[in-house]
Amino acid sequence: MENTEQRKELKVSAIENGTVIDHIPVQSVYQVLRILNLMEYNDQILIGTNLESQKMGKKGIIKVSNKFFKSDEINKIALVAPSATLILIKNFSVSEKKKVEIPSKVEKIVKCFNPNCITNVEDVITRFDVVNKDELKLRCHYCEKITARDTMAFK
Amino acid sequence: MKNKSLVSINDFTREEHIHILDLAGAFERRPKQHILEDYVVATLFFEPSTRTRLSFESAATRLGARVIGFSEPGSSSVQKGESLRDTIRTVSNYADIIIMRHPREGSARFASEVSRVPVINAGDGANQHPTQTLLDLYSIRKTQGTLDNLNIAFVGDLKYGRTVHSLTMALCNYNTTFHLVSPAELKLPSSVKIHIKERNLAYHQYTDMSEVIPKVDILYMTRIQKERFQDPMEYEKVKNSYILRNNLLDNAKSNLRILHPLPRVNEITYDVDDNPKAYYFTQALNGVFVRQAILAAILGVVE
Repeated sequence: MENTEQRKELKVSAIENGTVIDHIPVQSVYQVLRILNLMEYNDQILIGTNLESQKMGKKGIIKVSNKFFKSDEINKIALVAPSATLILIKNFSVSEKKKVEIPSKVEKIVKCFNPNCITNVEDVITRFDVVNKDELKLRCHYCEKITARDTMAFK
Repeated sequence: MKNKSLVSINDFTREEHIHILDLAGAFERRPKQHILEDYVVATLFFEPSTRTRLSFESAATRLGARVIGFSEPGSSSVQKGESLRDTIRTVSNYADIIIMRHPREGSARFASEVSRVPVINAGDGANQHPTQTLLDLYSIRKTQGTLDNLNIAFVGDLKYGRTVHSLTMALCNYNTTFHLVSPAELKLPSSVKIHIKERNLAYHQYTDMSEVIPKVDILYMTRIQKERFQDPMEYEKVKNSYILRNNLLDNAKSNLRILHPLPRVNEITYDVDDNPKAYYFTQALNGVFVRQAILAAILGVVE
């Protein structure tokens, strides 16, 4: 078990220090990169997708060198990758493992589904209160309408 | 409440609602008090709403304030393409308070965040119209002597009517029993019903108005718009079932009063107007006192 896990990890090379985001649904890998603004990150990033996973069938993984995210920053990815595991690496070894958690407030990254909402007309940063974490329902701070998982789009 | 914006009915607590109603009662007894003589009130109507605008301007003028603003976007910088953000930032330099109507939902909240002065929402798209809700509460309390434990019927378009949604939410503070009368297509949305359920209050749904009338203290009528129906045949089938005629009121309780946010089209026949149970025009008058109270409280000239 330990061995297969290690062999799989090696399909994407190990990093010396930084954060591994594992168990990302394959369709969300690029969204996770966008949400974390990693397009503009200047250090090494290793990305694997469509990798075999016992838990998920197929999964994605992102390894970000020399980056340790703040929890409100990283928790944003729970909207698209609730299954994701975070592994903090120090000197090539695991220093901490944790799950992502759906935050109670969401800013910037989600679009309000209501086309008549002011945030879709003017340049306004979106803000939502998460009113239901299990079913993922976000109430828009501006128009007060509920954006749910099936109507959610990302900026 | 001083310097606080009023965007959504839930921005003010139950106690603050009651305080506004008490203040409005004082303005009803003495409407002309020049307590806002040094103040400038801006009314920015990004879509026309003559009734609401005149009610606010009447309230401000009776308190001695000067009113500036525009009544439609065509006569303002909006037509030149100015953003809402810039319009509000500019006007908040000219006025002590901004009253705003806008076709987009959430516009009033956004305006309150960029404005230097408090903003009163006079309707943001289909979202909120809190001063209407407060004048409805005032009218209910005035005609019934209380807000507590009443049986209140809403009739007509309960799906799209923001007036119904906001008032329902506010009434959840007063142990109301709700009677909801609408065609199947226009039932109260679950996002509003959830507030009733959270408080463990009772609600009953009907498609026929006549069985409800003998049970209730307030009959709140709304207009059903043809364009709300996907199938025009459905509209033709139901349109006459939600018209209030005087003879339907024969079995009503003596304290029943009929409210309507106006304008009415045909949902209340003219023969109802002379019935002492008709209250909708007085309800509109109450709007002026309630808006006087809101202006005075937010500008901090009354305690």
